[in-house]
This record gives sequence, C-alpha cells and structure tokens, in this order.
Amino acid sequence: MTPARLDATFAALADPTRRAILARLASGEASVAELAEPFDMSQPAISKHLRVLEEAGLISRGQDAQRRPRRLEAKPLQEATAWLEEYRQFWERRFKGLDALLEVMQAGKQTKPKRRRRH
Amino acid sequence: MIPDKKLKLNASGEREIVMTREFAAPRALVFEAYTKPQLVQIWLLGPPGWTMPVCEIDLRVGGRYRYVWRRDQDGQQMAVGGVYREVKAPERLVVTERFDDPWYPGEAVGTVVFTEKGGMTTLTGTLLYESRAARDGVLKSPMEGGVAYSYDLLEHLLHEQVRREA
Repeated sequence: MTPARLDATFAALADPTRRAILARLASGEASVAELAEPFDMSQPAISKHLRVLEEAGLISRGQDAQRRPRRLEAKPLQEATAWLEEYRQFWERRFKGLDALLEVMQAGKQTKPKRRRRH
Repeated sequence: MIPDKKLKLNASGEREIVMTREFAAPRALVFEAYTKPQLVQIWLLGPPGWTMPVCEIDLRVGGRYRYVWRRDQDGQQMAVGGVYREVKAPERLVVTERFDDPWYPGEAVGTVVFTEKGGMTTLTGTLLYESRAARDGVLKSPMEGGVAYSYDLLEHLLHEQVRREA
C-alpha cells in the first residue's frame, strides 16, 4: 500500500459518520437514501461523505443504474486494519508483561505491613 | 477470530494514535510501574530477543528520560529519550519522544492518563506526531510481522467503534 493511499484511508476513517456508513455497508450494499436514513442528515451531506469514501477507494458503486447502490471495497480497509493490528499486538505484548508485574507488585504490597511489624 | 480484545488502538484525526487498556490494579501502582526505572525495564519490552539495559528517569517537569534496548544476539541497540512536560502523579504524564535513529520524522508527544474505578485502572495513551505522514509511517513500520487478519476482524472493529460512539 502506498503512503498516499494509506493517508487517504486513515483520513476517511477519521470521521464517525463515515465509519458508521462503512459498518452499514459491511452488511450489504445500500442506496444513498438508505444510507441517509439512520442519520439525521440530508442526502447531499451523506453524498459528501460518500465522495470522500469513494476517493479513498473504500467504497464503489454497484451495477443498478437507478439505485446506484454503494458497496464496501474491502482491500484498503483490510490493509489499514492490518497496520493497526500489528502495532496493537506489539503493545499488547508489553501490557501483558505489565499485567504480570502489577500482580507481583500487589502481592508485595499486601505482605509489606507484616514485614514492618517484624522489624 | 479476534486474537486479543483488551487493548484498543486506533488512528485518530490526522496525527494521533490513541490506545486504551484496563489493568486490574489501583492507578498508583500502574503509575509506579510506568515511572520507576527498575519496573519499566521489566515490562516495556522491545521486539523478542531484546532487553532494556539502560533506563533513566528524572521524574519532574523538565526532567529527562532515556531508554536503551539491546539485542543480546548481536549487540544492536535502539534508544529513545525525551523530556517530561507534565508530571501529575498518579494521574497524568506528558512526555516528548525522539528516537536516536529516527524511524519517524521529528518528535512525538505522548500523553498518558490513568483513571481508576472500582480498583481497575484505565490507561489512555495518546501519541501526537508532527505530521500525518509521521503517524502513518509508525503504523506502517513492521513490528513483529506475519499477522493474520480477516474480514471478520475488520467488521468487528468497525461495529465496535460505532457502538462506542453511539
């Protein structure tokens, strides 16, 4: 994936309405009217979001010339998600170590008063 | 299949990476683990096969920190350092971050917020990069390689995000 393409993907994903549109399209293609329905937004406003998603290559238009349904294009999203997932797993490995350390620290704190009494 | 759901990580806006993670410990302890050199050395790991032989922390506003990781196999090193901009124990840290051998352009600013509820601590870490290109570069850099991913994962992530914001 080129950096410019990844930039466009992340920029398109930065908006909650656009993520909601993608989530809706993940369960099947839909027309602009159908996509506008759950949001309190005009069709032109939704069309603007759809244009950003289309330019990022995240959605495309279906065959039906009348409904012009939009559908999800999986590839760029999968690529963007994969980058995030790899970075996430790197940090999750660290945090698992921190979990273990915190357990040891808590066990240590619980036994400390005893030690103090002994001295 | 979702490999691990505990850590949530997302690209946010143009220049940020945001992560949230819960820990089963009071925040004073999590803060301690984040700021005491002998504890940081234990958990802030590099890639597999690397250790952190050097960990210096001067925990006060304007104080510096420096971490050095080393691959024992061939002695290769990787180092990062910066300055504490805010220190508010046990709830908030703001630090600058710059690698000796930069793998992203410029300096990043990291903010870590610790909140406690019912004995659980939620950590929210935000890394703000100098540019969108720097942020995306970090996300593109190979970390451990060979991660399996699927359409299911994507759908799950999207739904989760939408639910959170609803």
